[in-house]
Amino acid sequence: MMLFEIERLTYRYEGVTAVDDLTLAIPEGCRVALLGANGSGKSTLLRLLDGLIFGQSGTILFRGDDVSEQHMLDDEWALPFRRTVGMVFQNPDVQLFNPTVFDEVAFGPLQLRWPKDQIRERVDEILDRLRISQLKNRIPQRLSGGEKKRVALASVLVLDPAVLLLDEPTAALDPRSQSEVIDLMVEWGGSKSVITATHDLGDLEDIADRCYVLDGGKLVAEGTPAEILADTALLRRTNLIHAHRHKRGEEVHTHSQR
Amino acid sequence: MSDFHPNAKGGFIENTLEGLHFAIERALYAEVSASRAGVLQRLDPRVKVAGLFALVVSVALAAKLWTIAAILVLAVALVWLSSVPIRAVASRTWIGAFVFSGMIALPALFLTPGTPLYGLPITLQGVRTGSFLVMRAETAATLMLVLAYTTPWTHILKALRIFRVPVVFVVILGMTCRYILLMLETAHEMFESRKSRTVNRMSPAENRRLAIASSGVLLHKTIQMSDEVYFAMQARGFRGEVYVLDDFAMQTRDWFALAAFAALAAASVLVGR
Repeated sequence: MMLFEIERLTYRYEGVTAVDDLTLAIPEGCRVALLGANGSGKSTLLRLLDGLIFGQSGTILFRGDDVSEQHMLDDEWALPFRRTVGMVFQNPDVQLFNPTVFDEVAFGPLQLRWPKDQIRERVDEILDRLRISQLKNRIPQRLSGGEKKRVALASVLVLDPAVLLLDEPTAALDPRSQSEVIDLMVEWGGSKSVITATHDLGDLEDIADRCYVLDGGKLVAEGTPAEILADTALLRRTNLIHAHRHKRGEEVHTHSQR
Repeated sequence: MSDFHPNAKGGFIENTLEGLHFAIERALYAEVSASRAGVLQRLDPRVKVAGLFALVVSVALAAKLWTIAAILVLAVALVWLSSVPIRAVASRTWIGAFVFSGMIALPALFLTPGTPLYGLPITLQGVRTGSFLVMRAETAATLMLVLAYTTPWTHILKALRIFRVPVVFVVILGMTCRYILLMLETAHEMFESRKSRTVNRMSPAENRRLAIASSGVLLHKTIQMSDEVYFAMQARGFRGEVYVLDDFAMQTRDWFALAAFAALAAASVLVGR
C-alpha cells in the first residue's frame, strides 16, 4: 500500500503557484527526500501532506483516505492522523511556544489526550534519548539554535509517529549539530517512513532511499540518491549545485559548472 | 538580565532595541514568577481566577472610594505575599494604568458640575469622579497582574475553560501569549539588523520613516508568523481545547481562600453601596 498518493495537486498562494499539477506516490516505510532549491515548493508540499493547507485542485490520499479539510475537521479522523504523522518545521521558533522544554514536549501527547502518567514517563524518556534532559526546565526561547532544533524534534518524536515529515532539518545548524541531527534521524528512522525536504546533498544517502526533485512546484526527476547525485546536469538545472571555489589556507580548488 | 543599560540614552534604534529587550524579559518573567514559592502560587488556579475576578467585579460595583482603596491595599498585600517585586508592579501596572485612566479622567475634573475646589477651575465632584476611575483602573490592573504573575498561563486558560468561557476567546488568548514573544523577538532582530547597517544618528524625520516602514514589515511578518505558529500547534494535534499536565485538585486551603475571596467581594459590594 502507498503511504501518500498525490494526484494532480496544485496549490497557489498570492498569485504564486507553489505546487503545480504534481503527481507522485510515496510507498510505506520508505525514506524519501524532497529535493529542490529555495522556492521549489517542497515546504508547501510537506504542509499539504500534513493537512495544514489544502490544494485548490487535485487530491492527496493517506493510506487510501483523502487528506481533506472535511476529514481534518473530524476528530475521529484527524486525531489518529496527527498521532501517525509528525512534522518538524524548518524554523524551530514557531514550534516552541510553551513555558518550559518539558511542557513543550508534553504538548502533543496532551492534545491527543494520552494518560498523564504515560505522558510524564514518555517525555522523560524522549528527552533522555535525545540527550536534552538537562534542558527540561529551561525556557525554550532561551536555547541555542541546535538545542531548539533538538527540542522541536523531541516534541514530535515523543508521539512516536509512524510517518515523520522534516522541513530542512539541518538548516542553520553548525556542522556538529547537523551531524547529530542526522544521526538522530538515522537512529530513529528504522522501518518508519521519513519524508525530508532539503536542498543539502551532503547527507542525502544517509537520510533517503528515494528522491523526488522539485523545481517551480513541478516534479522534474525521481530516483535513488546515487542516481540523482550522478545527474549533475539535473542538479545544476535545479540550482542544487553551482560553480564555486574552496580556499583553505594555500589550497584552492574549483568546482566548475561544465 | 539585560545587557542594555536601562537608562542608556541612544538614538531611535537603540532605544527601540532596549525597549524590545525589556519587553521580552517581561514576557518571560511571568512564567518564572508563577513558579516561585508564594501564597497565591500555592492556590488552585480556579480559586485565583474566580476570586480575583470577583474582586474586580466588586471594585467595579463599589460606590465608595475607601472600599476600592481597601481592595487595592489587599491586592498589594497579595503581591508582597506572593514574592512578586512591588517595583515590577509599579513600573508595569501602576504607572501605565495611572497615565491611561488619568488621561480619560482629566476632563471630568473640569467638566463635572459642582463645588469649586480651592478656587481652582476644578470641582470636588470632578475630582471624586476622576479618582474613582483612576482607583478602579489601578486596582483592577493590580489584581489581574497578581493573577498573571502567580499562575502559569496555561493554567489560567484551563481555568477559564472550566468556567465555560467560550473556546474561541480562550484560543485567541492562548495564541496571543504564544505569539507575543515571537513577535518581540522578530522586531528585535529587525532593529538589530537595522542598527548593524546604520552608521550615523538619524534625523527625526528618518526615525519616523523607519518607524512607519518597520511597522508595516512587522505587521506582514506578524501575519505570516501567526499562521506558522498555528500550523505548528495543529500539526501536534491542537483542536482548540486547552489541556495541561497538572490536575487541578481543591485542597482545604483552596476552599478557605475561595471563601475568603467570596466574603471580601460580597462585603465590599455591600459596604461600598
